[in-house]
Amino acid sequence: MQTRRDILKRSATVAGLLAATGLFPQYALAAWNKAAFDAKTVPDAVKAYGAAAPTESKDVTITAPDIAENGAVVPMTIATSLPNVKQLLLLVEKNPNSLTAKFDVTDSVEPNFVTRAKMGQSSDVYAVAITADGKSHFAKKEVKVTLGGCGG
Amino acid sequence: MADPMRIRAQAAGGNATVRVLMAHEMETGQRKDASGKIIPAWHITDVTAKLNGKTVLTAEWGPSVSKNPFLQFTIKGAKAGDKVAISWKDNHNDTRTDEATVS
Repeated sequence: MQTRRDILKRSATVAGLLAATGLFPQYALAAWNKAAFDAKTVPDAVKAYGAAAPTESKDVTITAPDIAENGAVVPMTIATSLPNVKQLLLLVEKNPNSLTAKFDVTDSVEPNFVTRAKMGQSSDVYAVAITADGKSHFAKKEVKVTLGGCGG
Repeated sequence: MADPMRIRAQAAGGNATVRVLMAHEMETGQRKDASGKIIPAWHITDVTAKLNGKTVLTAEWGPSVSKNPFLQFTIKGAKAGDKVAISWKDNHNDTRTDEATVS
């Protein structure tokens, strides 16, 4: 039996695959990858950029606080020492849409970015590096979000 | 028109560290207002950085980047006097470009 959740999950995967092969005509022209930003899970978002499922790598790093008192502003640093990295993604696993930001790495910039993200609840945060050969590598870190701002 | 960005670019060891603070609401589209209606999403989707007119970084952002976004990155081979231009575009097709000189 198919539950609604199964169907939703499957359609997100299909959307990711379609986007990966460029079969989404309405998105193919737009620069912003809607399928990736609509993806609900980390692997789906990575797939939407046409990369294989990510494997854990020590050459990718993510720096974030262990405990974030304010989930609206959580500073995060993503970096990699891998060669031939094309894209660096920042994802928050338990946000309604996992993907937060994608950076295109060129020869002119260091693959090292700092930004601030919103987090709805305590979750793992991911840095994913997609290399020129279509492989992807990730690092993750757990961030606890303190709700209510009471600091405890 | 949105408020100007604050950009600081500092050269160190052959590279330049660029820090940008953009002024933007970054509404997620998940929140509801007092009457229970969903506040529509309004957020930056594309960010571009140029060094002396040449694109060095492009980024795509979702609604989960914080309000008034902060971004720090490093441009290789940039030196004092070079011009760094940052542009963003949001999902209302509003854009803004600001420029700073590497110091």
